[in-house]
Amino acid sequence: MTATAARPRSFDLARAADYAAPGALVVVWIAFFIATPHFLTLSNIGDLLVASSILAVLALGQQFAVVVAGIDLSVGANLPWAAALLGATATAGVPLGLAILIAIAGSVVVGVVNGFLVGYLKMTDFIVTLGSLSVVSGITLLLTEGNTVAVSSPFLQAIALDGIGPVRWFWLIALAAAVLVWFTLFRTRAGTHLLAVGGGSDAALGSGIPVRRVRLAAYAASGLLCGVAGVMLVARNGGADPSLQTNYLLSSIAAVVLGGSSLFGGKASVVGSVTGAVLLTSLVNGFTIIGISQYFQTIAVGAVVLLAALLARFRK
Amino acid sequence: MTSETKYLIEARDLVKSFDAVRALDGLTAGFAEGEVTAIVGDNGAGKSTLVRCLTGVHPPTEGQLLFRGEPIRLSSPQAARDLGIETVYQDLGLIDDLAVWQNLFLNRELLRPVPLLGVLDRPRMIRESRDILGGLDVNVPSVRTTVRRMSGGQRQSIAIARAVTWGRSLVIMDEPTAALGVRETAAVEKLILSLRDRGVTVLIISHDLEQVMRVADTVVVLRRGRAVARRPVADVTGDRLVGLITGTISEAA
Repeated sequence: MTATAARPRSFDLARAADYAAPGALVVVWIAFFIATPHFLTLSNIGDLLVASSILAVLALGQQFAVVVAGIDLSVGANLPWAAALLGATATAGVPLGLAILIAIAGSVVVGVVNGFLVGYLKMTDFIVTLGSLSVVSGITLLLTEGNTVAVSSPFLQAIALDGIGPVRWFWLIALAAAVLVWFTLFRTRAGTHLLAVGGGSDAALGSGIPVRRVRLAAYAASGLLCGVAGVMLVARNGGADPSLQTNYLLSSIAAVVLGGSSLFGGKASVVGSVTGAVLLTSLVNGFTIIGISQYFQTIAVGAVVLLAALLARFRK
Repeated sequence: MTSETKYLIEARDLVKSFDAVRALDGLTAGFAEGEVTAIVGDNGAGKSTLVRCLTGVHPPTEGQLLFRGEPIRLSSPQAARDLGIETVYQDLGLIDDLAVWQNLFLNRELLRPVPLLGVLDRPRMIRESRDILGGLDVNVPSVRTTVRRMSGGQRQSIAIARAVTWGRSLVIMDEPTAALGVRETAAVEKLILSLRDRGVTVLIISHDLEQVMRVADTVVVLRRGRAVARRPVADVTGDRLVGLITGTISEAA
């Protein structure tokens, strides 16, 4: 049997696409470093990474939906839903630890419902999560009557502001999430089945993998990490804002795509998704320091995503 | 071969209707243990339907399946798998973005003795994958490469290797070389012959009569949903097979 000589041209572009996020991150950091002395400072990079942590956790959740060839649009509402649950329960006098668990569990419930509709009722992922985006957002607004709830907890404050020496808690949470997701995807049976279902659901079914259950689990995992991100958001903001988080939604998908995961499923890159999250946050952070209008920021983020999609075209 | 032959799996008066169409119309045929049996027949003769009955995809409408002489009901593909019946489908059922070893152990992953977590024993699966492919003389650059980067023949060989590894009793191949070039076909045929030498029971569907003559021990001819002949390959010629398939020669099965 002859050795397969891969087509050289597309091979190089595929390689380029795999390293799009780290490469772009270096370029963006150098550009901002040249543009302003305030970007590449220890304190700014520290804050930038803290801001990236929430998006990174969210993107890691999105990664689960994307790896089974799906998408989770509901995170835009699931994130404030977790925050609102934490706010409501904490204000009602529920002990903080329990309130955090309830918030995360609430997000898991949203994920399980999504996963049931997509996996068992075979509804289109895009429509299902678009629908639950709207439903969950409405429920959140009903729960909070549209008001931001202040959550004054020294514990949450400490998580957002402190750390072990220079290492901030938020980084560690994101790092722990990344390691766990990596381990799950690449070192466990469940992860193999997630990749298999995303890579070819017929073949997966043919080998006896419970495809429906695997899909459900993927959306549940997305919900779980969304809940964790929601708690982090409350810690960082000192309160629960019930409004829809479309920026976080788009950025979470963008981070995964930038990271080199295939939207057609079956390919995942945990390092890529985290790098993608840092890259997108860096753009916003740098623009803010330089004083470029935030309207340009959304354009830049969108342009980067389109560029990543273009690169992904050549990966096939 | 006579009717005294020990059949591994046997179909008796099998009928499978799809609405008004009788895809299988009282088919009776046996597949002997340790042999390569080829099923030949024109389009619509019922080859694929028979395979789907044997793999539990389509339970038959009427009739009986016997496995080692015992009547069985194959209500699902899992039921067939539990009996050690594995199938290599035309689309191969491989996951392109997973490595060769992951495909070989798909849904049969070896785990480390850690409770609940399902932690993969990667070194062991990689090692055993090398042994499996090496034992079958299947050459791949590395079992850690993704299947996407394999040639058509390599993919076919991997799919067959997987079926052989888990198919303790019977390996069914549906047109295993239909999509392959000459050299790759030769390699896959060599693999099938080595399976025969190892005593694996193989059932192969093929349109290529010369291939049937090369790799099979016995050939079963289907026509209009019935088995019209069962002959040792040594006793038939290509012309005679064509006659049996088209119906210009008829004789009792």
